Amino acid sequence: MRMSEILIKNANVCDPAQGINCETMDLCIRDGKIVESVSESAKVIDAAGRLTMAGGFDGHTHSAGKINVGRFMNPNDARRTLVPGLSGPEAMTEKTRAQVGYNTPNTYAIGYRYAKLGYTTICEAAIPMLAARHTHEEFKEIPILDKMGLSLFGSNWQVMEYIRDKEPEKLAAYVAWGLKASRGYGVKIVNAGGGEAWGWGKNVSGLYDPVPNFDVTPAEILMGLAEANEKLQLPHSVHVHCNNLGKPGNYETTIETMKMFEKVKPVVDRQALHVTHVQFNAYAGTSWRDFETGAPMVADYLNGANHLTFDLGQVIFGPAVTMTADGPVEYANSRMLHEKWSNQDIELEDASGVVPLSYSPKSFINAVQWAIGIELALLVEDPWKIMFTTDSPNGGSFVNYPEAFTYLMSAKKREQVISGFGKMALDRMVLPGLDRELSFYELAIMTRSMQSKMYSRPEKGNLKVGSDADVAIYDIITSDIDPSVEHEKVKQAFSGAAYTLKDGKVVVKDGKIEATPMGRTYWVNAKVPADIDSAMNKDTDIKFKKYYTVSKSNYMVEDSYLPNPVEISTEGEF
Amino acid sequence: MPVIKDAVCSLCGSLCDDITVTVEDNKITKIENACILGHSKFVGMFEHDRIENPMIRKDGELVPVPYEEAIEAAAKILVNSRRTLSYGWCSTSCEAIAKAIQLAEETGSLIDSTANVCHGPSALAAQEKGSPGASLGVIKNRADLIVFWGCNPVHAHPRHMSRYSSFSKGFFSTKGRKGRKMVVIDVRKTDTAKLADKYVEIEQGSDLLLITALRSAVNGHEDVIPETVAGISKEEILELAENLKNAQFSCIFFGMGVTQSRSKYKNGDGVSSLISDLNQHTKSVMIGMRGHYNVTGFGQVATWETGFPMAIDFARGFPYYNPGETGANDVLVREEADAAIISAADPGAHFPQKAVRHLAKIPVIQIDPYANPTTEIADVVIPAAVVGIEAEGTAYRMDAIPLRMKKLIDTEFKTDEQIAKDLIAKVRELKEGA
Ligand code: SF4
Repeated sequence: MRMSEILIKNANVCDPAQGINCETMDLCIRDGKIVESVSESAKVIDAAGRLTMAGGFDGHTHSAGKINVGRFMNPNDARRTLVPGLSGPEAMTEKTRAQVGYNTPNTYAIGYRYAKLGYTTICEAAIPMLAARHTHEEFKEIPILDKMGLSLFGSNWQVMEYIRDKEPEKLAAYVAWGLKASRGYGVKIVNAGGGEAWGWGKNVSGLYDPVPNFDVTPAEILMGLAEANEKLQLPHSVHVHCNNLGKPGNYETTIETMKMFEKVKPVVDRQALHVTHVQFNAYAGTSWRDFETGAPMVADYLNGANHLTFDLGQVIFGPAVTMTADGPVEYANSRMLHEKWSNQDIELEDASGVVPLSYSPKSFINAVQWAIGIELALLVEDPWKIMFTTDSPNGGSFVNYPEAFTYLMSAKKREQVISGFGKMALDRMVLPGLDRELSFYELAIMTRSMQSKMYSRPEKGNLKVGSDADVAIYDIITSDIDPSVEHEKVKQAFSGAAYTLKDGKVVVKDGKIEATPMGRTYWVNAKVPADIDSAMNKDTDIKFKKYYTVSKSNYMVEDSYLPNPVEISTEGEF
Repeated sequence: MPVIKDAVCSLCGSLCDDITVTVEDNKITKIENACILGHSKFVGMFEHDRIENPMIRKDGELVPVPYEEAIEAAAKILVNSRRTLSYGWCSTSCEAIAKAIQLAEETGSLIDSTANVCHGPSALAAQEKGSPGASLGVIKNRADLIVFWGCNPVHAHPRHMSRYSSFSKGFFSTKGRKGRKMVVIDVRKTDTAKLADKYVEIEQGSDLLLITALRSAVNGHEDVIPETVAGISKEEILELAENLKNAQFSCIFFGMGVTQSRSKYKNGDGVSSLISDLNQHTKSVMIGMRGHYNVTGFGQVATWETGFPMAIDFARGFPYYNPGETGANDVLVREEADAAIISAADPGAHFPQKAVRHLAKIPVIQIDPYANPTTEIADVVIPAAVVGIEAEGTAYRMDAIPLRMKKLIDTEFKTDEQIAKDLIAKVRELKEGA
């Protein structure tokens, strides 16, 4: 095979992993990797001094699986064109399949649009294990991007029983087995224990409220799974959607959860905990009437803590579709908002729901929600703790990322938005008093670099020699632009990369799709001692025989569902 | 003698995955665990008339030709058509469905599934009110009240009640049938109704009235309920509402009796609203009783590929959806389709006369393992392997749980997926040549 070489000349590189802050240099690529140098025959791309970053990495997005329920119940979304070029119907072309959608685009559109934003890797944040094949079926139809997914364990009967019966080794073996069965990358916990309670139409109220019939508490589930996660030396920490999501006053539960993890000692060089879409979990007040931001309290704690990372769940005004394994929250949403409601409880495992809604700047609640995400990003000093997300499409579609970047980079832009809020909203937020404006460097950390560390994927999210040649070049000359004033230019540049390279191949040029190679799927194969594995298997055999409706052999996702698999092996410490 | 365990039965939407199949000399000689319907599918392979050869109609007669010739003839029809209808694709794998959709996209066709004549209205109902459901094992483990509304699983889904619902035993339902109440709502006393604790004989076409009355009762507005609704006394309605409210976990399984009776999708919308109301008091879910083993799969694949579950029109290059306008029957009854490609379905037997009359007038390509009334009007017939027996692939159970169907025996027949791929390639070749 001939070597394929590319020289990106005059790139204005922003690569926080190497401490490179907008320095003009050349980047060399050979056979899909960043290398020291290339030969004279290398193809040359002239970056012309434009801002160049590693490919973006969305570490928490809903892009495969239950998003299909969102599409199914909202055909109107397919025709929405709210963000020109990144939403709405587009006919097929020689290079691309047909596209539709805004919050819930079809699979092809997801691949193309993330690539246009300069993103090259995504993590689907919730795989119900029994339906994992579905996630991978959609992954197969999302072009360009590398993918991974997090498997749901937080209301799983086998998990809760092992924790109740104090069998941590078997618990770890079960987690390893579950990841293998679902081809998952990590452990997701949603409203620990709440999914099981929802099986009876109930919920758990906090960390110490016992789960009906299982004699464990959410706190025990969280700690048990965290311990198993470390025992297996998994590349990612547990990924936690806190209890009491969406409820006024929940910031206390959130901080309590974060504190609990101080005692978890990570055995891999990464955080002990990732808390997701914290915006939805940083609410103060006691009801929707006296609802106000809890971001300052949460940020205060985060500034003093070094064992965790989190993501924003930033709200975007306009239509959104909420979708979460937090079944009870979705039912409550639908009743409160008089919205349609889909639900899917999964036997022995978890629950989920989907409810469309719309965030309006006229609603003081929505306005405060919008502010909380930004407050968190600005109040937490260390960007390496923060991943930028909208929890797409829960807070809003990922196609709005460029718009949201301007909220972080420009106080002026924020003022513009805030000027539309009522007094009631303004009284409940602290955002108007914050003048911090993030730099491109900080933005790069939040959108690619921290993900590399957080997911232990050293070849991703940075431009070090040896890394994957996933590169985004944006039409921004950093020395000529003041993002705090020229926020529209920033938005425009991030909305359609001048170039996106995936594994050294140009996939986007001037905001248009050039090529659609198939990405990889990462999954984790954690090794467990044979005796523990077989003891655990005896227990799951019983579960399958008596309670599941599918055979154990048919539960495992077959190789054929992963056309481009990357198996990450870990050795458990038992 | 290979014995294959945990094979998936590809007949009905129950998708039982515990079938043991014995194969000798590439023939299935023994089938364990399947019901009568499933059994007949596995043995049917050898008993029914397969379409043995690709065929093209010449001078009114279907004559055997090699695969390549049939593919070429079919591709020509597609390329020369201005408005092709692609229909069916529910008794095949998701992999084949994905390719069928790509073929529709590339030929600017309209593609629709058999949901057009079964659970299509359920999809519309979900678009109106959502769909609060659960996987079947949730019912097995928890439900203490099961309602079968407008469906007859004894005959249509024979193992449903023992595997997933009425008779199954689970974690919280250790007594099985003894521990749960079973209600059947139907226009006639079906064999399922005979097994129920309570049979509610509803007047034809009055489902929405009963649903509305039940909702009124559940929401505490019993004063607005007349003395009889849908042929059922107010007393009985209040009792049923109480049963639903007092159950710890209930599930309404609804069938074509609900989706295809008067009020159509409004019935499903009503059931969904009723479930939402019930959850104020207890836990309740609904599940559509899907007939074809992978009609749910079509909805899933079409939705992630195009944004819409059915009735997708690619005439504009991008997916356009407006059931009632872009459904299979709509374009046939309006005499709009000028060619059709039909796979794994039999509109010849199931569509209204007017639609069939139009089908008979236009070039029809059929892809199917077996001859059926549609073969009589087909111009190109392409035989396919039987998925789940001769070919592997994904299917979605009625509760949207995907399973991998196994290949049990070898065959010379091409798979639907391969045929669709060949057609895409040939269409591209012809278009480039043009
Ligand atoms: S119930 Fe349906 S899927 Fe199960 S064996 Fe019978 S026909 Fe097959």
